[in-house]
Amino acid sequence: MTEKLLQVKNLRTSFFTDAGEVCAVNGISFDLEKGKVLGIVGESGSGKSVTAYSIMQILSFPGKITGGEVFFKGVDLLKLPAKKVREFRGEQISIIFQDPMTSLNPVYTIGNQIDEAIRLHTSRTGSAIRERSIDLIRLVGINDPERRVKQYPHELSGGMRQRVMIAMALACEPDILIADEPTTALDVTIQAQILELIAELQAQLGMAVIIITHDLGVIANMCDEIIVMYAGSICERGSTDDIFYSPKHEYTKNLLRSIPKTRKSKERLVPIAGNPIDLLNLPDGCAFAPRCRECMEICLEQHPDELPIGGTHYASCWVNVREQVTHERESFADDEILEQGGDQV
Amino acid sequence: MTEQVKIVDHEVSADASVNPDTNTYQPDPDNILEVHNLSKHFDIKTGLFKTLPLKAVDDVSFFIGHKETLGLVGESGCGKTTVGRTLLRLYEPTAGDVYFDGELITEKNVRSLRRNMQMVFQDPYSSLNPRMTVEDIIGESLSIHHIFKTKEERRERIYELMRLVGLNKEHATRYSHEFSGGQRQRIGIARALAINPKFIVCDESVSALDVSIQAQILNMFKDLQEKFNLSYLFIAHDILVVTYMSDRVAVMYLGKIVELAKTNEINDNPIHPYTQSLFSAVPIPDPITARKSHRIVLEGDVPSPLHVPSGCAFRTRCQYATEQCALETPPFEDRGDEHYVACWNR
Repeated sequence: MTEKLLQVKNLRTSFFTDAGEVCAVNGISFDLEKGKVLGIVGESGSGKSVTAYSIMQILSFPGKITGGEVFFKGVDLLKLPAKKVREFRGEQISIIFQDPMTSLNPVYTIGNQIDEAIRLHTSRTGSAIRERSIDLIRLVGINDPERRVKQYPHELSGGMRQRVMIAMALACEPDILIADEPTTALDVTIQAQILELIAELQAQLGMAVIIITHDLGVIANMCDEIIVMYAGSICERGSTDDIFYSPKHEYTKNLLRSIPKTRKSKERLVPIAGNPIDLLNLPDGCAFAPRCRECMEICLEQHPDELPIGGTHYASCWVNVREQVTHERESFADDEILEQGGDQV
Repeated sequence: MTEQVKIVDHEVSADASVNPDTNTYQPDPDNILEVHNLSKHFDIKTGLFKTLPLKAVDDVSFFIGHKETLGLVGESGCGKTTVGRTLLRLYEPTAGDVYFDGELITEKNVRSLRRNMQMVFQDPYSSLNPRMTVEDIIGESLSIHHIFKTKEERRERIYELMRLVGLNKEHATRYSHEFSGGQRQRIGIARALAINPKFIVCDESVSALDVSIQAQILNMFKDLQEKFNLSYLFIAHDILVVTYMSDRVAVMYLGKIVELAKTNEINDNPIHPYTQSLFSAVPIPDPITARKSHRIVLEGDVPSPLHVPSGCAFRTRCQYATEQCALETPPFEDRGDEHYVACWNR
């Protein structure tokens, strides 16, 4: 049995805006095992980034966690006092952001910024701090680290800056690295470099990684497990092969049909009808129901519970419930016929 | 589909570049657009008195057939957007000739030129005037080109266009902020279609949209092409989207087209080392293919376009680079079956 590093239970996060409460994350639960790569995929506004920010407790005003538990190695992070939270943040779980241009401070050298993380979280002092910074810069594949520590962020390219962000995040050898759209702002060839780097470091340091992205390609290339989110809820979660080759939620199925799969795809895409949902007025039922082809009456009335499909594969879709019920009914009917037949003989 | 074979006689186009004798050169009637040796340089101030030319587009030649889609891919800063904008003369070209529908347009009146070419922009948020209603946005080009005499006719046409792009005509009096990103892009497309153009430049037209909306817009582009015999220059950085949309694909690197071929050909048989690594770097949304595929990861970053390496611009990152690559610019030549490549060693 592998160790459960992170357990999220029924997490809810809302933004209290002037227009009303926006339920960005709406009761989600999942686990992360040690050394695994978990992908969270969804469109903008699906709550994937807010999930990460809630785990890190770095939500900005007016966001607030309104319920649920986040266990890290058995401790509920949401119940810790602020001081303790600061200790685990960056030390046990660290995060890299989408935009490497704005997440570095332009008036400090990159050496200074990496030093800061080391000074705050480890017992190193004096020149040992700078030595560690230089080691980290070398680790993330930047050449000439002694010179680079003295440079400012504007002297580096986008890909380099993202490498610096990764170096900072790794300063304390965290157990979990959260990468929030790590390559969205980068070009394809640079994206390949950064993804390769994250995969290498993950294997080398044995940490767990959560990759948040809207790009199904990145997910397919990097992840062991996948969570598909829509309008703040988890539609479906399971292993990469489960999600790509036997999707069970209608949203996942539709999403996979709406993208070109390979460079040779010429088959007409099947778009998802309608527009993304308004988070201010979430329906009682399944959030995807208004855009779903298989929509039934119950989909509009009641939110489906998560149904186990097999292994780590779960889906929240009434269609599966219907299929399962029909299947049970059929087998039940078969049994009855058998029994009746038995009586007759 | 639109696999009409069109051949630009390369000899002829080369001659036209050396001595652009516009009176004698006759572009191929099968091509709606022919571009010969197009360049666009910007002067960038690098000091108080010093300026450097930024060669955003440098000596680029291609053609687009009737009802054909040419995809243009490349990384940010490679000049793909500048190509599109220079074709519409949103930028004045520094050098080169552009023939549209048999006419040399580099000297033509801009208004009459844009009667037949339009553009759909990347960002559906900033490309629509927030103070104008949908009706005014779509109808603006109708007024500029004096297409209709009466207001009723004009309004009918606007409603027709809105229906065509899947918008409700009741929304005509609304402002653009009332719409979602996908709907705004539909407004932008309706605006481009208003005056029945023959050619549309789609500049990253779906990259700001969510995955589920992207497919709607891509399919709409394809349907509109069928219906109105449109030709597209489809500019995007998403290679899967470009190969899905295009009949032929051109790959740009630092202001130059390094490879141009039919979509299937360039997919199966990329020749230029940059195309090879660019295509292999695309994360394929299919786990089994992804595990099997071998990525060619390029070293380093794209050089600054202000200091483009001599000779072949790609040589600083190329594993096959030789001395010759630094000395001479490789010619953009046909390697058979209209597969154009600019490389000394492949």
